[in-house]
Amino acid sequence: MLTLLGVAVIVLGFALRFNPLLVVVAAALTAGLAAGLSPVEVIEAFGKAFNTNRYVTIAWLVLPAVGVLERCGLQERARLTIQALKGASAGRILLAYLLLRQLTAALGLTSVAGQAQTVRPLVAPMAEAAAETAGPVADADRERIRAMSAATDNVGLFFGEDIFMAIGSILLIVGFLDQSGITVEPLHLSVWAIPTAIAAFIVHGARLLLFDRRLAPTTEARP
Amino acid sequence: MIGLPLVYLIAGAMFAAFAGLSLGDRANRKRFGNAAFWGLVAVSFLLGDHLGDLGNGLLVLALALLAGTGQLGVGAPDTTSPDERQDLARRLGLRLFLPALVIPVVTLVGTFVLKAATLHGQPLVEAKNATLIALALAAILAALLAQMMFRQPPVAALQEGRRLMDLVGWAALLPQMLAALGAVFAAAGVGKTIGDLAVAWTPVDSRFAVVAAYCLGMAGFTILMGNAFAAFPVMTAGIALPLVIGRFGGDPAVVCAIGMLSGFCGTLLTPLAANFNLVPAALLQLKDRYGVIRAQAPTAVLLLIVNMVLMYALAFRA
Repeated sequence: MLTLLGVAVIVLGFALRFNPLLVVVAAALTAGLAAGLSPVEVIEAFGKAFNTNRYVTIAWLVLPAVGVLERCGLQERARLTIQALKGASAGRILLAYLLLRQLTAALGLTSVAGQAQTVRPLVAPMAEAAAETAGPVADADRERIRAMSAATDNVGLFFGEDIFMAIGSILLIVGFLDQSGITVEPLHLSVWAIPTAIAAFIVHGARLLLFDRRLAPTTEARP
Repeated sequence: MIGLPLVYLIAGAMFAAFAGLSLGDRANRKRFGNAAFWGLVAVSFLLGDHLGDLGNGLLVLALALLAGTGQLGVGAPDTTSPDERQDLARRLGLRLFLPALVIPVVTLVGTFVLKAATLHGQPLVEAKNATLIALALAAILAALLAQMMFRQPPVAALQEGRRLMDLVGWAALLPQMLAALGAVFAAAGVGKTIGDLAVAWTPVDSRFAVVAAYCLGMAGFTILMGNAFAAFPVMTAGIALPLVIGRFGGDPAVVCAIGMLSGFCGTLLTPLAANFNLVPAALLQLKDRYGVIRAQAPTAVLLLIVNMVLMYALAFRA
Protein backbone atom coordinates (compact mmCIF):
# COMPACT_ATOMS: atom_id res chain seq x y z
CA MET A 1 0.00 0.00 0.00
CA LEU A 2 2.91 2.36 0.73
CA THR A 3 3.91 2.27 -2.94
CA LEU A 4 0.74 4.28 -3.68
CA LEU A 5 2.62 7.26 -2.21
CA GLY A 6 4.37 7.34 -5.61
CA VAL A 7 1.02 7.95 -7.29
CA ALA A 8 0.18 10.58 -4.67
CA VAL A 9 3.42 12.41 -5.47
CA ILE A 10 2.53 12.41 -9.18
CA VAL A 11 -1.02 13.66 -8.61
CA LEU A 12 0.01 16.40 -6.17
CA GLY A 13 3.07 17.41 -8.20
CA PHE A 14 1.08 17.83 -11.41
CA ALA A 15 -1.83 19.54 -9.62
CA LEU A 16 0.51 22.06 -7.98
CA ARG A 17 2.33 22.54 -11.31
CA PHE A 18 5.84 21.74 -10.17
CA ASN A 19 8.24 20.99 -13.01
CA PRO A 20 7.01 17.61 -14.32
CA LEU A 21 10.52 16.19 -14.82
CA LEU A 22 11.25 16.74 -11.11
CA VAL A 23 7.83 15.35 -10.18
CA VAL A 24 8.50 12.17 -12.16
CA VAL A 25 11.89 11.63 -10.54
CA ALA A 26 10.42 12.28 -7.08
CA ALA A 27 7.57 9.83 -7.74
CA ALA A 28 9.99 7.13 -8.91
CA LEU A 29 12.12 7.59 -5.79
CA THR A 30 9.06 7.52 -3.52
CA ALA A 31 7.57 4.37 -5.06
CA GLY A 32 10.93 2.62 -5.22
CA LEU A 33 11.89 3.42 -1.62
CA ALA A 34 8.41 2.43 -0.43
CA ALA A 35 8.88 -0.92 -2.17
CA GLY A 36 12.08 -1.47 -0.20
CA LEU A 37 14.69 -0.59 -2.85
CA SER A 38 17.75 1.44 -1.90
CA PRO A 39 18.13 4.94 -3.45
CA VAL A 40 20.92 3.71 -5.73
CA GLU A 41 18.79 0.76 -6.86
CA VAL A 42 15.91 3.10 -7.73
CA ILE A 43 18.22 5.40 -9.72
CA GLU A 44 19.63 2.37 -11.52
CA ALA A 45 16.18 1.02 -12.34
CA PHE A 46 15.07 4.44 -13.56
CA GLY A 47 18.21 4.94 -15.66
CA LYS A 48 17.86 1.52 -17.24
CA ALA A 49 14.21 2.13 -18.15
CA PHE A 50 15.05 5.63 -19.46
CA ASN A 51 17.69 4.15 -21.74
CA THR A 52 15.44 1.41 -23.14
CA ASN A 53 12.67 3.94 -23.84
CA ARG A 54 14.80 6.29 -25.95
CA TYR A 55 12.73 5.45 -29.03
CA VAL A 56 9.93 7.61 -27.56
CA THR A 57 12.03 10.75 -28.12
CA ILE A 58 12.88 9.85 -31.76
CA ALA A 59 9.72 11.65 -32.91
CA TRP A 60 11.58 14.99 -32.60
CA LEU A 61 13.65 14.12 -35.67
CA VAL A 62 10.92 15.80 -37.75
CA LEU A 63 11.58 19.23 -36.19
CA PRO A 64 14.34 20.39 -38.61
CA ALA A 65 12.11 19.66 -41.61
CA VAL A 66 9.08 21.33 -40.03
CA GLY A 67 11.23 24.28 -38.91
CA VAL A 68 12.80 24.96 -42.29
CA LEU A 69 9.38 24.81 -43.95
CA GLU A 70 8.01 27.28 -41.41
CA ARG A 71 10.97 29.54 -42.24
CA CYS A 72 9.83 29.43 -45.88
CA GLY A 73 6.26 30.37 -44.97
CA LEU A 74 4.42 27.04 -44.67
CA GLN A 75 2.06 28.30 -41.94
CA GLU A 76 1.28 31.42 -43.98
CA ARG A 77 0.72 29.27 -47.09
CA ALA A 78 -1.70 27.08 -45.13
CA ARG A 79 -3.57 30.25 -44.07
CA LEU A 80 -3.74 31.58 -47.65
CA THR A 81 -5.15 28.27 -48.88
CA ILE A 82 -7.96 28.43 -46.32
CA GLN A 83 -8.71 32.11 -46.98
CA ALA A 84 -9.43 31.17 -50.60
CA LEU A 85 -12.06 28.64 -49.48
CA LYS A 86 -15.65 29.79 -49.24
CA GLY A 87 -17.61 28.75 -46.16
CA ALA A 88 -14.58 27.60 -44.18
CA SER A 89 -14.85 27.82 -40.39
CA ALA A 90 -12.57 26.58 -37.63
CA GLY A 91 -15.06 23.89 -36.66
CA ARG A 92 -15.59 22.66 -40.22
CA ILE A 93 -11.84 22.52 -40.96
CA LEU A 94 -11.29 20.51 -37.78
CA LEU A 95 -14.28 18.27 -38.59
CA ALA A 96 -12.69 17.42 -41.94
CA TYR A 97 -9.37 16.74 -40.20
CA LEU A 98 -11.11 14.53 -37.61
CA LEU A 99 -12.59 12.39 -40.38
CA LEU A 100 -9.29 12.17 -42.23
CA ARG A 101 -7.37 11.26 -39.06
CA GLN A 102 -9.89 8.60 -38.02
CA LEU A 103 -9.98 7.01 -41.47
CA THR A 104 -6.20 6.92 -41.93
CA ALA A 105 -5.68 5.60 -38.38
CA ALA A 106 -8.28 2.90 -39.07
CA LEU A 107 -6.11 1.79 -42.00
CA GLY A 108 -3.11 1.58 -39.67
CA LEU A 109 -1.57 4.83 -40.98
CA THR A 110 -1.12 6.31 -37.51
CA SER A 111 2.22 8.01 -38.20
CA VAL A 112 1.19 9.93 -41.35
CA ALA A 113 -0.07 12.77 -39.16
CA GLY A 114 0.69 14.04 -35.69
CA GLN A 115 1.11 17.04 -33.41
CA ALA A 116 4.54 18.05 -34.75
CA GLN A 117 4.13 17.03 -38.41
CA THR A 118 0.60 18.25 -39.13
CA VAL A 119 -1.09 20.06 -36.23
CA ARG A 120 1.50 22.79 -35.60
CA PRO A 121 2.48 23.59 -39.20
CA LEU A 122 -0.85 22.99 -40.98
CA VAL A 123 -4.02 22.22 -39.03
CA ALA A 124 -3.84 24.88 -36.30
CA PRO A 125 -2.92 27.74 -38.72
CA MET A 126 -5.69 26.60 -41.09
CA ALA A 127 -8.27 26.55 -38.30
CA GLU A 128 -7.14 30.00 -37.11
CA ALA A 129 -7.27 31.39 -40.65
CA ALA A 130 -10.76 29.96 -41.12
CA ALA A 131 -11.92 31.69 -37.95
CA GLU A 132 -10.35 34.95 -39.15
CA THR A 133 -12.51 34.93 -42.31
CA ALA A 134 -15.42 35.88 -40.02
CA GLY A 135 -13.52 38.78 -38.43
CA PRO A 136 -10.65 39.43 -36.02
CA VAL A 137 -10.02 36.67 -33.49
CA ALA A 138 -9.37 37.45 -29.81
CA ASP A 139 -6.20 36.00 -28.25
CA ALA A 140 -8.19 33.80 -25.87
CA ASP A 141 -10.09 32.33 -28.83
CA ARG A 142 -6.85 31.77 -30.72
CA GLU A 143 -5.66 29.67 -27.77
CA ARG A 144 -8.89 27.71 -27.76
CA ILE A 145 -8.67 27.05 -31.50
CA ARG A 146 -5.12 25.74 -31.15
CA ALA A 147 -6.02 23.57 -28.16
CA MET A 148 -9.02 22.19 -30.05
CA SER A 149 -6.79 21.40 -33.06
CA ALA A 150 -4.49 19.31 -30.86
CA ALA A 151 -7.49 17.69 -29.15
CA THR A 152 -9.01 16.77 -32.52
CA ASP A 153 -5.81 15.01 -33.59
CA ASN A 154 -5.85 12.94 -30.38
CA VAL A 155 -9.53 12.01 -30.63
CA GLY A 156 -9.17 11.03 -34.29
CA LEU A 157 -6.10 8.91 -33.58
CA PHE A 158 -7.38 7.14 -30.45
CA PHE A 159 -10.80 6.25 -31.82
CA GLY A 160 -9.58 5.29 -35.28
CA GLU A 161 -6.53 3.14 -34.63
CA ASP A 162 -8.32 0.27 -32.87
CA ILE A 163 -10.24 -0.50 -36.07
CA PHE A 164 -6.89 -1.60 -37.53
CA MET A 165 -6.25 -5.24 -36.65
CA ALA A 166 -2.48 -5.08 -36.25
CA ILE A 167 -2.31 -2.07 -33.91
CA GLY A 168 -0.52 -2.50 -30.57
CA SER A 169 -3.62 -2.35 -28.35
CA ILE A 170 -5.45 -5.05 -30.33
CA LEU A 171 -2.41 -7.32 -30.21
CA LEU A 172 -2.14 -6.71 -26.45
CA ILE A 173 -5.77 -7.77 -25.95
CA VAL A 174 -5.34 -10.91 -28.11
CA GLY A 175 -2.18 -11.89 -26.22
CA PHE A 176 -3.71 -11.25 -22.80
CA LEU A 177 -6.90 -13.20 -23.51
CA ASP A 178 -4.86 -16.04 -25.00
CA GLN A 179 -2.92 -16.36 -21.73
CA SER A 180 -6.26 -16.52 -19.91
CA GLY A 181 -7.43 -19.37 -22.14
CA ILE A 182 -9.81 -17.32 -24.31
CA THR A 183 -9.23 -17.24 -28.08
CA VAL A 184 -10.36 -14.06 -29.84
CA GLU A 185 -9.71 -13.12 -33.44
CA PRO A 186 -8.13 -9.67 -33.96
CA LEU A 187 -10.84 -9.02 -36.57
CA HIS A 188 -13.58 -9.44 -33.94
CA LEU A 189 -11.90 -6.93 -31.64
CA SER A 190 -11.46 -4.37 -34.41
CA VAL A 191 -15.10 -4.77 -35.49
CA TRP A 192 -16.24 -3.98 -31.95
CA ALA A 193 -14.13 -0.83 -31.98
CA ILE A 194 -16.34 0.56 -34.76
CA PRO A 195 -19.40 1.58 -32.64
CA THR A 196 -17.21 3.71 -30.35
CA ALA A 197 -15.40 5.16 -33.37
CA ILE A 198 -18.71 6.30 -34.86
CA ALA A 199 -19.81 7.69 -31.50
CA ALA A 200 -16.51 9.57 -31.21
CA PHE A 201 -17.04 11.15 -34.62
CA ILE A 202 -20.58 12.20 -33.71
CA VAL A 203 -19.72 13.50 -30.22
CA HIS A 204 -16.52 15.35 -31.11
CA GLY A 205 -17.90 16.45 -34.50
CA ALA A 206 -20.94 17.98 -32.83
CA ARG A 207 -18.68 19.75 -30.35
CA LEU A 208 -16.64 21.16 -33.24
CA LEU A 209 -19.73 22.58 -34.95
CA LEU A 210 -20.90 24.06 -31.63
CA PHE A 211 -17.37 25.42 -31.18
CA ASP A 212 -17.97 27.69 -34.20
CA ARG A 213 -21.03 29.14 -32.51
CA ARG A 214 -19.06 29.83 -29.35
CA LEU A 215 -16.42 31.61 -31.39
CA ALA A 216 -18.86 33.61 -33.49
CA PRO A 217 -20.27 36.16 -30.97
CA THR A 218 -16.83 37.18 -29.67
CA THR A 219 -15.50 37.72 -33.18
CA GLU A 220 -18.55 39.67 -34.30
CA ALA A 221 -18.52 41.85 -31.22
CA ARG A 222 -15.16 43.28 -32.28
CA PRO A 223 -15.00 45.86 -35.06
CA MET B 1 20.91 -5.26 -40.34
CA ILE B 2 19.84 -1.67 -39.77
CA GLY B 3 18.09 -1.13 -36.46
CA LEU B 4 17.53 1.38 -33.73
CA PRO B 5 21.27 2.05 -33.15
CA LEU B 6 21.50 3.91 -36.47
CA VAL B 7 18.40 5.98 -35.68
CA TYR B 8 19.84 6.75 -32.22
CA LEU B 9 23.08 7.86 -33.85
CA ILE B 10 21.15 10.29 -36.09
CA ALA B 11 19.09 11.59 -33.16
CA GLY B 12 22.26 11.94 -31.07
CA ALA B 13 23.91 13.96 -33.83
CA MET B 14 20.85 16.22 -34.09
CA PHE B 15 20.73 16.92 -30.34
CA ALA B 16 24.51 17.47 -30.29
CA ALA B 17 24.03 20.08 -33.03
CA PHE B 18 21.22 21.71 -31.01
CA ALA B 19 23.59 21.84 -28.02
CA GLY B 20 26.45 23.35 -30.04
CA LEU B 21 24.22 25.94 -31.72
CA SER B 22 22.67 26.82 -28.33
CA LEU B 23 26.11 27.46 -26.90
CA GLY B 24 26.83 30.03 -29.62
CA ASP B 25 23.48 31.80 -29.21
CA ARG B 26 24.38 34.95 -27.29
CA ALA B 27 20.80 36.21 -27.52
CA ASN B 28 19.76 33.49 -25.06
CA ARG B 29 20.63 34.46 -21.50
CA LYS B 30 20.42 30.83 -20.44
CA ARG B 31 22.43 29.42 -23.34
CA PHE B 32 24.65 27.29 -21.08
CA GLY B 33 21.59 25.62 -19.58
CA ASN B 34 20.18 24.84 -23.02
CA ALA B 35 23.54 23.55 -24.24
CA ALA B 36 23.89 21.32 -21.16
CA PHE B 37 20.33 19.95 -21.46
CA TRP B 38 20.42 19.09 -25.17
CA GLY B 39 24.03 17.96 -24.77
CA LEU B 40 22.99 15.41 -22.13
CA VAL B 41 20.21 14.18 -24.40
CA ALA B 42 22.83 13.75 -27.15
CA VAL B 43 25.04 11.79 -24.73
CA SER B 44 22.09 9.54 -23.90
CA PHE B 45 21.45 8.75 -27.57
CA LEU B 46 25.10 8.34 -28.55
CA LEU B 47 26.50 6.57 -25.46
CA GLY B 48 23.47 5.40 -23.49
CA ASP B 49 24.32 1.71 -23.92
CA HIS B 50 27.82 2.24 -22.50
CA LEU B 51 26.95 4.39 -19.47
CA GLY B 52 25.59 1.61 -17.30
CA ASP B 53 22.31 1.79 -15.35
CA LEU B 54 23.68 4.08 -12.66
CA GLY B 55 25.27 6.39 -15.26
CA ASN B 56 21.97 6.67 -17.12
CA GLY B 57 20.16 7.27 -13.84
CA LEU B 58 22.51 10.11 -12.91
CA LEU B 59 22.06 11.56 -16.41
CA VAL B 60 18.28 11.60 -15.88
CA LEU B 61 18.72 13.28 -12.49
CA ALA B 62 20.89 15.95 -14.11
CA LEU B 63 18.25 16.55 -16.82
CA ALA B 64 15.50 16.86 -14.20
CA LEU B 65 17.58 19.25 -12.07
CA LEU B 66 18.43 21.47 -15.07
CA ALA B 67 14.75 21.65 -16.02
CA GLY B 68 13.44 21.94 -12.47
CA THR B 69 15.74 24.79 -11.49
CA GLY B 70 14.78 26.82 -14.57
CA GLN B 71 18.09 26.62 -16.44
CA LEU B 72 16.42 26.36 -19.87
CA GLY B 73 15.77 29.46 -21.93
CA VAL B 74 14.43 29.90 -25.45
CA GLY B 75 17.04 30.43 -28.12
CA ALA B 76 16.64 33.06 -30.81
CA PRO B 77 18.21 31.74 -34.02
CA ASP B 78 18.09 34.03 -37.05
CA THR B 79 14.88 33.31 -38.86
CA THR B 80 12.58 35.00 -41.37
CA SER B 81 10.23 37.81 -40.29
CA PRO B 82 6.44 37.44 -40.57
CA ASP B 83 6.48 39.75 -43.63
CA GLU B 84 9.19 37.74 -45.34
CA ARG B 85 7.22 34.57 -44.66
CA GLN B 86 4.10 36.11 -46.14
CA ASP B 87 6.07 36.99 -49.31
CA LEU B 88 7.65 33.54 -49.49
CA ALA B 89 4.27 31.89 -49.05
CA ARG B 90 2.86 33.83 -52.02
CA ARG B 91 5.94 33.32 -54.17
CA LEU B 92 6.53 29.63 -53.49
CA GLY B 93 2.84 28.75 -53.62
CA LEU B 94 1.68 25.17 -53.41
CA ARG B 95 5.24 23.88 -53.85
CA LEU B 96 5.66 24.52 -50.11
CA PHE B 97 3.40 21.58 -49.32
CA LEU B 98 5.57 19.12 -51.26
CA PRO B 99 8.32 18.57 -48.64
CA ALA B 100 5.62 18.49 -45.95
CA LEU B 101 3.98 15.61 -47.83
CA VAL B 102 7.31 13.81 -48.12
CA ILE B 103 7.23 13.00 -44.39
CA PRO B 104 4.00 10.93 -44.37
CA VAL B 105 4.49 9.43 -47.83
CA VAL B 106 8.09 8.31 -47.28
CA THR B 107 7.22 7.02 -43.79
CA LEU B 108 4.36 5.01 -45.23
CA VAL B 109 6.07 3.64 -48.34
CA GLY B 110 9.35 3.24 -46.47
CA THR B 111 7.73 1.10 -43.79
CA PHE B 112 6.44 -1.40 -46.35
CA VAL B 113 9.55 -1.37 -48.55
CA LEU B 114 12.00 -1.65 -45.64
CA LYS B 115 10.05 -4.52 -44.09
CA ALA B 116 10.28 -6.49 -47.33
CA ALA B 117 13.84 -5.51 -48.32
CA THR B 118 16.61 -8.11 -47.99
CA LEU B 119 20.36 -7.95 -48.48
CA HIS B 120 22.24 -11.22 -49.11
CA GLY B 121 19.20 -13.11 -47.87
CA GLN B 122 19.14 -11.18 -44.59
CA PRO B 123 16.38 -8.67 -43.78
CA LEU B 124 17.72 -5.14 -44.31
CA VAL B 125 16.07 -3.63 -41.23
CA GLU B 126 14.55 -4.93 -37.99
CA ALA B 127 10.91 -5.45 -38.95
CA LYS B 128 9.51 -4.24 -35.62
CA ASN B 129 11.36 -0.93 -35.95
CA ALA B 130 10.68 -0.40 -39.66
CA THR B 131 8.28 2.51 -39.01
CA LEU B 132 10.77 4.39 -36.79
CA ILE B 133 13.56 3.89 -39.32
CA ALA B 134 11.31 5.04 -42.16
CA LEU B 135 10.26 8.09 -40.12
CA ALA B 136 13.89 9.06 -39.48
CA LEU B 137 14.65 8.65 -43.19
CA ALA B 138 11.58 10.70 -44.17
CA ALA B 139 12.47 13.51 -41.74
CA ILE B 140 15.99 13.84 -43.17
CA LEU B 141 14.79 13.67 -46.78
CA ALA B 142 12.11 16.31 -46.18
CA ALA B 143 14.59 18.68 -44.52
CA LEU B 144 17.14 18.25 -47.33
CA LEU B 145 14.49 18.63 -50.03
CA ALA B 146 13.11 21.81 -48.44
CA GLN B 147 16.61 23.28 -48.15
CA MET B 148 17.40 22.55 -51.79
CA MET B 149 14.03 23.49 -53.32
CA PHE B 150 13.86 26.82 -51.52
CA ARG B 151 17.64 27.52 -51.49
CA GLN B 152 18.01 27.89 -47.73
CA PRO B 153 21.38 28.28 -45.99
CA PRO B 154 23.00 24.96 -44.95
CA VAL B 155 22.49 25.33 -41.19
CA ALA B 156 18.90 26.55 -41.60
CA ALA B 157 17.29 23.15 -40.91
CA LEU B 158 19.26 22.60 -37.70
CA GLN B 159 18.80 26.19 -36.50
CA GLU B 160 15.06 26.05 -37.19
CA GLY B 161 14.88 22.65 -35.53
CA ARG B 162 16.56 24.15 -32.47
CA ARG B 163 14.10 27.05 -32.50
CA LEU B 164 11.17 24.60 -32.28
CA MET B 165 12.98 22.33 -29.81
CA ASP B 166 13.53 25.26 -27.42
CA LEU B 167 9.81 26.11 -27.66
CA VAL B 168 9.00 22.58 -26.51
CA GLY B 169 11.82 22.65 -23.95
CA TRP B 170 11.91 20.08 -21.14
CA ALA B 171 8.47 18.76 -22.18
CA ALA B 172 10.29 17.00 -25.05
CA LEU B 173 11.78 14.52 -22.57
CA LEU B 174 8.66 14.06 -20.46
CA PRO B 175 7.14 11.16 -22.46
CA GLN B 176 10.37 9.17 -22.16
CA MET B 177 10.64 9.99 -18.43
CA LEU B 178 7.06 8.85 -17.86
CA ALA B 179 7.71 5.61 -19.74
CA ALA B 180 10.66 5.02 -17.40
CA LEU B 181 8.48 5.87 -14.39
CA GLY B 182 5.98 3.26 -15.59
CA ALA B 183 8.74 0.65 -15.42
CA VAL B 184 9.69 1.69 -11.86
CA PHE B 185 6.02 1.65 -10.81
CA ALA B 186 5.64 -1.83 -12.29
CA ALA B 187 8.71 -3.05 -10.38
CA ALA B 188 7.31 -1.54 -7.16
CA GLY B 189 3.93 -3.21 -7.72
CA VAL B 190 1.94 0.03 -7.88
CA GLY B 191 -0.41 -1.19 -10.62
CA LYS B 192 -1.31 -4.35 -8.78
CA THR B 193 -2.13 -2.43 -5.59
CA ILE B 194 -4.46 -0.04 -7.43
CA GLY B 195 -6.05 -2.99 -9.25
CA ASP B 196 -6.71 -4.80 -5.98
CA LEU B 197 -8.36 -1.69 -4.55
CA ALA B 198 -10.57 -1.26 -7.62
CA VAL B 199 -11.62 -4.90 -7.48
CA ALA B 200 -12.40 -4.63 -3.75
CA TRP B 201 -14.71 -1.66 -4.43
CA THR B 202 -16.53 -3.23 -7.38
CA PRO B 203 -20.19 -4.04 -6.70
CA VAL B 204 -20.87 -7.55 -7.99
CA ASP B 205 -24.65 -7.77 -7.94
CA SER B 206 -25.79 -6.29 -11.22
CA ARG B 207 -24.74 -6.51 -14.83
CA PHE B 208 -24.69 -2.75 -15.33
CA ALA B 209 -22.71 -2.18 -12.12
CA VAL B 210 -19.88 -4.48 -13.21
CA VAL B 211 -19.82 -2.99 -16.73
CA ALA B 212 -19.67 0.52 -15.27
CA ALA B 213 -17.00 -0.50 -12.76
CA TYR B 214 -14.82 -2.00 -15.51
CA CYS B 215 -15.14 1.04 -17.85
CA LEU B 216 -14.63 3.56 -15.02
CA GLY B 217 -11.78 1.46 -13.64
CA MET B 218 -10.03 1.40 -17.04
CA ALA B 219 -10.39 5.18 -17.37
CA GLY B 220 -9.43 5.92 -13.76
CA PHE B 221 -6.39 3.63 -13.73
CA THR B 222 -5.27 5.14 -17.05
CA ILE B 223 -5.57 8.65 -15.60
CA LEU B 224 -3.33 7.64 -12.66
CA MET B 225 -0.78 5.67 -14.69
CA GLY B 226 -0.92 7.66 -17.96
CA ASN B 227 -1.27 4.60 -20.14
CA ALA B 228 -4.23 2.37 -21.07
CA PHE B 229 -1.86 -0.50 -21.86
CA ALA B 230 -0.80 -0.60 -18.19
CA ALA B 231 -4.41 -0.50 -17.04
CA PHE B 232 -5.74 -3.21 -19.33
CA PRO B 233 -4.18 -6.40 -17.86
CA VAL B 234 -4.85 -5.32 -14.26
CA MET B 235 -8.48 -4.24 -14.72
CA THR B 236 -9.37 -7.04 -17.12
CA ALA B 237 -7.96 -9.73 -14.85
CA GLY B 238 -9.59 -8.10 -11.82
CA ILE B 239 -13.06 -7.15 -13.07
CA ALA B 240 -13.76 -8.16 -16.68
CA LEU B 241 -12.72 -11.84 -16.66
CA PRO B 242 -14.29 -12.93 -13.35
CA LEU B 243 -17.40 -10.71 -13.41
CA VAL B 244 -18.39 -9.18 -16.75
CA ILE B 245 -17.37 -12.25 -18.76
CA GLY B 246 -17.33 -15.04 -16.14
CA ARG B 247 -20.38 -14.34 -14.02
CA PHE B 248 -22.64 -12.45 -16.45
CA GLY B 249 -21.51 -14.10 -19.70
CA GLY B 250 -20.33 -11.06 -21.63
CA ASP B 251 -18.73 -11.56 -25.07
CA PRO B 252 -14.94 -11.25 -24.49
CA ALA B 253 -14.29 -9.49 -27.83
CA VAL B 254 -16.89 -6.77 -27.15
CA VAL B 255 -15.91 -6.34 -23.50
CA CYS B 256 -12.17 -6.08 -24.14
CA ALA B 257 -12.42 -3.87 -27.25
CA ILE B 258 -14.71 -1.37 -25.54
CA GLY B 259 -12.79 -1.68 -22.27
CA MET B 260 -9.59 -0.62 -24.01
CA LEU B 261 -11.40 2.33 -25.62
CA SER B 262 -12.66 3.35 -22.16
CA GLY B 263 -9.01 3.46 -21.15
CA PHE B 264 -8.34 5.79 -24.10
CA CYS B 265 -10.97 8.17 -22.65
CA GLY B 266 -8.74 8.29 -19.57
CA THR B 267 -5.69 9.00 -21.75
CA LEU B 268 -7.45 12.14 -23.05
CA LEU B 269 -7.85 13.36 -19.45
CA THR B 270 -4.41 12.88 -17.92
CA PRO B 271 -1.28 15.05 -17.97
CA LEU B 272 0.67 11.80 -17.58
CA ALA B 273 -0.02 11.04 -21.27
CA ALA B 274 2.45 13.82 -21.96
CA ASN B 275 3.13 13.20 -25.63
CA PHE B 276 -0.56 13.59 -26.46
CA ASN B 277 -1.58 16.24 -23.95
CA LEU B 278 1.34 18.36 -22.68
CA VAL B 279 3.77 18.30 -25.62
CA PRO B 280 1.19 19.75 -28.07
CA ALA B 281 0.45 22.55 -25.58
CA ALA B 282 4.17 23.41 -25.69
CA LEU B 283 4.38 23.02 -29.48
CA LEU B 284 1.40 25.34 -29.99
CA GLN B 285 2.71 27.80 -27.36
CA LEU B 286 -0.47 27.64 -25.27
CA LYS B 287 -0.40 29.72 -22.09
CA ASP B 288 -2.30 27.00 -20.24
CA ARG B 289 -0.22 23.82 -19.91
CA TYR B 290 -3.46 21.85 -19.53
CA GLY B 291 -5.30 23.64 -22.38
CA VAL B 292 -5.41 20.56 -24.62
CA ILE B 293 -6.83 18.42 -21.81
CA ARG B 294 -9.50 21.06 -21.16
CA ALA B 295 -10.42 21.06 -24.86
CA GLN B 296 -10.85 17.29 -25.05
CA ALA B 297 -12.35 16.65 -21.58
CA PRO B 298 -16.04 16.94 -22.59
CA THR B 299 -15.49 14.52 -25.50
CA ALA B 300 -13.71 12.06 -23.20
CA VAL B 301 -16.41 12.12 -20.50
CA LEU B 302 -19.29 11.75 -22.98
CA LEU B 303 -17.53 8.91 -24.79
CA LEU B 304 -16.87 7.11 -21.52
CA ILE B 305 -20.62 7.12 -20.83
CA VAL B 306 -21.29 6.00 -24.42
CA ASN B 307 -18.81 3.15 -23.95
CA MET B 308 -20.60 1.90 -20.83
CA VAL B 309 -23.94 1.93 -22.65
CA LEU B 310 -22.44 0.26 -25.73
CA MET B 311 -20.79 -2.50 -23.69
CA TYR B 312 -24.01 -3.11 -21.77
CA ALA B 313 -26.05 -3.22 -24.97
CA LEU B 314 -23.67 -5.23 -27.17
CA ALA B 315 -21.85 -7.68 -24.88
CA PHE B 316 -24.85 -9.69 -23.69
CA ARG B 317 -26.67 -10.36 -26.96
CA ALA B 318 -26.86 -14.14 -26.54
